[in-house]
Amino acid sequence: MRRAAFILSTLAFAAGPAGAEAPVLTVYTYDSFATEWGPGPAIAAGFEASCGCTLRVVPAGDGAALLSRLMLEGARSEADVVVGLDNFLMERARATGLFAPSGVTADFTLPVAWTDDIFVPYDWGAFAFVADAGTQAPGSLRELADSDIAVVIQDPRASTPGLGLALWVEAAYGDGAADLWADLADNIVTVTPGWSESYALFLSGEADAVLSYTTSPVFHVLAEDDDSKVFWDFAEGNPVQIEVGAILAHSGRQALARDFLQYLVSAEGQAAIPETNWMFPVREPAGGLDPAFDAARPAKPLILTPDGAAALRERAVADWQAGLAR
Amino acid sequence: MRAETPWPGRAAITLVAVLLVAPLAALVWRAAGIGGLTAGDVAALRFTLWQALLSALISVALAVPVARALARRRFAGRGVVIAVLGAPFILPVLAAVVGLLAIFGRAGLLNQGLVLLGLPRLSIYGLTGVVLAHVFLNLPLAVRMILTGWQAIPEDRFRLAASLGVPVRRVLEWPMLRAVVPGAALVIFLVCLTSFTVALTLGGGPKATTLELAIYQSLRFDFAPDRAAMLALVQLGIAGGFVWLTARVTLAQTLGPDPGRVVPRLDGRGLAARLGDTVAVSAALLFLALPLAAVVAQGVPGLAALPPATWPALGRTLAVALVATGIAITLALALAGHGGRLADLAGTLPLALSSLVLGAGLMILTLPLAAPARLALPVTALLNAMAALPFALRIVAPEVARIRADYGRLSDMLGLRGLARLRLLLVPLARRPLGLAAGLAAALSVGDLGVIALFGDTGTQTLPLLMLSLMGAYRLEAAAAVGLILAACAFGLFLTFDLWGRHEPRH
Repeated sequence: MRRAAFILSTLAFAAGPAGAEAPVLTVYTYDSFATEWGPGPAIAAGFEASCGCTLRVVPAGDGAALLSRLMLEGARSEADVVVGLDNFLMERARATGLFAPSGVTADFTLPVAWTDDIFVPYDWGAFAFVADAGTQAPGSLRELADSDIAVVIQDPRASTPGLGLALWVEAAYGDGAADLWADLADNIVTVTPGWSESYALFLSGEADAVLSYTTSPVFHVLAEDDDSKVFWDFAEGNPVQIEVGAILAHSGRQALARDFLQYLVSAEGQAAIPETNWMFPVREPAGGLDPAFDAARPAKPLILTPDGAAALRERAVADWQAGLAR
Repeated sequence: MRAETPWPGRAAITLVAVLLVAPLAALVWRAAGIGGLTAGDVAALRFTLWQALLSALISVALAVPVARALARRRFAGRGVVIAVLGAPFILPVLAAVVGLLAIFGRAGLLNQGLVLLGLPRLSIYGLTGVVLAHVFLNLPLAVRMILTGWQAIPEDRFRLAASLGVPVRRVLEWPMLRAVVPGAALVIFLVCLTSFTVALTLGGGPKATTLELAIYQSLRFDFAPDRAAMLALVQLGIAGGFVWLTARVTLAQTLGPDPGRVVPRLDGRGLAARLGDTVAVSAALLFLALPLAAVVAQGVPGLAALPPATWPALGRTLAVALVATGIAITLALALAGHGGRLADLAGTLPLALSSLVLGAGLMILTLPLAAPARLALPVTALLNAMAALPFALRIVAPEVARIRADYGRLSDMLGLRGLARLRLLLVPLARRPLGLAAGLAAALSVGDLGVIALFGDTGTQTLPLLMLSLMGAYRLEAAAAVGLILAACAFGLFLTFDLWGRHEPRH
């Protein structure tokens, strides 16, 4: 045991961040943002070039898990900035009182006018079912429910897109939401806890379509030179997800944190987003946006306001559960 | 028995108890209370229990004939078969699910075959799929645990039974199974009790909701720690109940010395028995090897696109696994030496507490002391050791008890105690179970995401976490390749320790 304790303490020492003279700005974000395929490395390199600081990126699960982690840590958190909350989480995040006004300004080109003073949008996308181009495309959630297309979706109790779909159905069908779910039940191959599992099942042929983003086909076009995937525009609209960053109120580096978020929404920072995070930038990026993204714009973006989403949430999940259990 | 130094056992029990109770208490403190259960939670509880029970019973029921066949037959490649049988258990769960779907899924081999024959497709989603995956993951473990039991029946007993003409099955095998099977079923039940990815991905819909999803929801999605604390207490209560129940039906083991290799036996020589054994082993191999082959096939194309982060992550994963193995084996030996109901409980309950709850609780406790990322690797190693402890203890305990019965008095008279006793007596004699236990502990630690996702930063990433984040960034091919490296690494460690144990120098 003594030896184990020694090894443990050695590990603890080795695991610590290397000591640096420059101030360190700690950014909590979701896992895929922080990978070398994600926007993390380019954003970090770009910001560090001018800030005279070191950016420390801490991946902490997905968007909802990020907020939970910050709530768990409270004022003791090391985080100065969080990147990866969204419009569905914003009301809950605001209510925690953990976040400070950002002071960031930019001319956003979002599907909705942005006026929030705490949360800074840095990219956006829209939920959609993604399928092979050869699959007969339904024109609405209703048509999908009436078809025999097999889909895989995510659990609204554990996944952001899953919750997005539940809110989508609730917003579009209200009292008829549970009925729509009951009709969709025979289309649903399975419900996975997260987006990754769903997308993996779809790509391995387990379903004809998957709940994902309108921008998913763009990934296949640009990264894999494969134009066989499409997304479906639905008559009910396709719900918009806007991802946001925010500054922690307890952070001792407010100015540096603001500089970082300002960089994230600069033309240069935005250039790192589309082809790593596979979402739309919030303004024209330096060097322009690849034309492949034009095809990914939803015909009818469905805007769920943050407080609208918060109000619908409980009923949406209950209807999902009741409808699928029938 | 009491002549052995008792303090390591007491220390181990205390450590485990603290590690179980303190995080839970911290969570309750942070939540300022304990939540209630909703109607949905009760339904989830029912499904969780039912699928775990089915998975455990089917796993051990299928394992018995396979273990018997492996115990009484010699054939070329037997060692390889036994080694490969260990592989599914140590696969990363998501890789296992994808591998299984390549065979049993909608577009899998089985359904392609059915379509070719003009038959309707089968869907495995639902309870069937959940149980199928759990049996796939746990059957190998059950086989190894029961095989160890069979090998521990001394050779001369079989000869004696044959010369007396009494049925081997009733006088030798049944008592052994009564001693070994309940414990094996219990650990599998507990593993399945906290199932998350498997149960949800293959469950088909909200009817297949498990308690672990409710815990995930309350800790990571909604942040309702009071509800998480309640659910964790329910999990622990169920586990405690089943530990008690298992102890009631388990027969105490009373076996002689020298665990044999293949036991030469006079029974089971008939054609039917030979045929039965052949079918049992071949069917098990086919069932386990096909999805494994699919995992390999899917991982290979991405090997060229492995991100550079793979290698440091591999190094960290190995370091954590080796430390975790050391801790797990130390704790298992200490608990086995102590014996008794308390040690049994301490060596079982860690399986039943959700690692999400453990992680969150430890985070609350350690936040005032150190930055989470600083503690990420040690805490992961410690919790991985806890997760492996129940398996290690079950594998090591019977041998330790036997050695104590056979050599305890002699070594007391010789004044052999403490570390010398460990080095001169325990390690050489219990080499085989120690090797298996260490192999399992190391492999489990490699495959386990553990709490690194909660504590870590980019500087502490391990392979399972890398695999997850690659999947989240659409890089499924690279993720499959990392999964393959992960599986190879787990299997390599498992094999190294297991072979060390099986190739004992003659003494």
